[in-house]
Amino acid sequence: MADPTPDPATATPDGGTTTTDEPAVPETDLPSDAFDAVLDAIGDLAPDERIRFEGFAVGRDPDAEGAYVLEPAGDDLRTGLSERDLHAALAERAPRVTDWYAFERVVGEFGPRRAFLRWIEDADGATVATRYAALSEGIERAWGQLRITATVTDRGERRYEVRHVDDAGVPVDDLETHDDPLDAREIVKLDGKGRYRPLKTAPSLRRGWAFPELGPRDAYELVETVYPATVANWHREREGDLDVNHWRETMERQSGIYGVIETWDRGEGHEHVNWVAEACCDDSQCLKRREWEYDEETDLDVDGGDGVFPCREPCSVVVSAARKWTRLESEQPRTYEFELTPSEKEQLEAVVDAVADGRIDEIREADTKEGANRYRARFLRAKLFDEEGNLGGVPTDPDDGE
Amino acid sequence: MQSLVIVAHGSHLNPESSAPTYAHADTIRASGAFDEVKTGFWKEEPHFREVLRTVEGDEIYVVPLFISEGYFTEQVIPRELRLDGWDVSEWDSDGLSADQATLVARDVDREVHYCGPVGTHHAMTDVIVRRAESVTGDPDVGEGFGLAVVGHGTERNENSAKAIEYHADRIRERGRFEEVKALYMDEDPEVDDLPEHFESDDVVLVPLFIADGYHTQEDIPEDVGLCEDHTEGYDVPETVAGTRIWYAGAVGTEPLMADVILERAADAGADLGDALATVRETTRVAAGD
Repeated sequence: MADPTPDPATATPDGGTTTTDEPAVPETDLPSDAFDAVLDAIGDLAPDERIRFEGFAVGRDPDAEGAYVLEPAGDDLRTGLSERDLHAALAERAPRVTDWYAFERVVGEFGPRRAFLRWIEDADGATVATRYAALSEGIERAWGQLRITATVTDRGERRYEVRHVDDAGVPVDDLETHDDPLDAREIVKLDGKGRYRPLKTAPSLRRGWAFPELGPRDAYELVETVYPATVANWHREREGDLDVNHWRETMERQSGIYGVIETWDRGEGHEHVNWVAEACCDDSQCLKRREWEYDEETDLDVDGGDGVFPCREPCSVVVSAARKWTRLESEQPRTYEFELTPSEKEQLEAVVDAVADGRIDEIREADTKEGANRYRARFLRAKLFDEEGNLGGVPTDPDDGE
Repeated sequence: MQSLVIVAHGSHLNPESSAPTYAHADTIRASGAFDEVKTGFWKEEPHFREVLRTVEGDEIYVVPLFISEGYFTEQVIPRELRLDGWDVSEWDSDGLSADQATLVARDVDREVHYCGPVGTHHAMTDVIVRRAESVTGDPDVGEGFGLAVVGHGTERNENSAKAIEYHADRIRERGRFEEVKALYMDEDPEVDDLPEHFESDDVVLVPLFIADGYHTQEDIPEDVGLCEDHTEGYDVPETVAGTRIWYAGAVGTEPLMADVILERAADAGADLGDALATVRETTRVAAGD
């Protein structure tokens, strides 16, 4: 499960005294594109406005045509800086200037992308010096089953390596590498056993691949390709305006073949929705943290999970399954009489458990101690099912037996 | 910033359902006509409900990758996108003429241009012809060939048959193929009896579907008699009752579909530069051997 704080092995304390263990702020050059962007930004300013960096600002010198001011300036000239002087001053402060450039010009304004990339390096909490030191060692974050490692080049550019969290220790040469975030559409399509993944946030992302060196925008695109809309919803939640649609309103909205689902809510409690959530929304089935409940007033009794990103309404997989259950649950219970040995009863329970927990492939062919072992199941069928497949020879519909 | 959002059905069961949507999105992305190209689905993610919140731009064109006007384009998509004040009269359509409606999507409080489906656009006629070229490998196919355009009948949606007939009529008027027929899966004239409806020895069969799936890979091949059971597969062409049938599979997989998506956005006011010409050229069928 994703850890919302940076890896303690790579994070650095915010400020405080420097110890010998603490990584140093890396040597950073000021690339010409960052400097040009500062000049452009200054060009757009009114004479008394400033471009603000961490701890200092620059602007036009109102008293000298074509000159610049730097404030506060320390030992530098405060006013009347030539372009060359300004470059020298900014080059001395290259980490803070390249940090401004990275977020203001490369990442841009779009809320989810900006918030996500700033969250990765705690840009709203830690100083540039602290972050650049941490980035030089690599900052690791988890997002679902993704492991994202952020670093910084000697020109202050962010680079992101993304791979499966379970491939953390695998040499990159042993992984299939990609540089186009849209390649991930193929990665997410099938699980490790080649089965289609209808739910992108199911914890069944296959391993064996890496995007070793993405820029900020591509890193965001990759995360949104693997887990669509999760960043947008996480961002809304952080801003305090996640629009949650609970079970009742979601089912009332359905039409066509799904219109029947609202009839499953009969004003007799919400136990059936507890079962749905336990079946479909548990962390073992989906990495989203369920925030929707039965309705605004009525919480479900099952846990919503620990995911970093929220689930704001029942998804299409839940809606489709709910349609099936609405039909099945409209049936009345009947009493059937079978004879089972105690072990046979337990075996039926073991078979259901094995299917529900997705353990079928783990049960070895000759492991007849397991109730859900194939030979055990075939033996049970040979012994207890009649030619029509009826358990204990008892027809499902009593009329069929007459 | 100009954004395109392609919305399609998708599937919980068929991994290839979204493949054409992604392929056309890639073609349009490469054309550079939009600052961003997003995809949203009914059965996959991002869902219709959440796709708009992934969109950065402020000039948003939503194009449904659906064959006909009906339940999805008139009810489901506008509802799930939360298009404020949507009413089907916004399109003022006779079942074939939906163009676009400009409405605020409450989810993002931004205006979107909600376009008619690709399947009823006149440019779709060219895609059906291009599909026939692709499956025969002949950019000039027509002489000596019949063309069958196949879809659901009216049982599911009366507009579905309208779209089939509309394109079949247009292709017939061009006089390129010996004969052009509209056939249906669940009403007369039925695709099951295809050889009876054609005199030509060669007939290209183009199903008017967006993606290959149950209908195009199992139903139609078995109904037409290309195979007893779809798992056996079939040749292209396959001879049935003396007629060589060139089965094209879903028209929606044809690369030129990207052009229809662009046409829809252009009709709604998108500035596409020379993207239309580029896409028509890059998706062209290479001349045969």
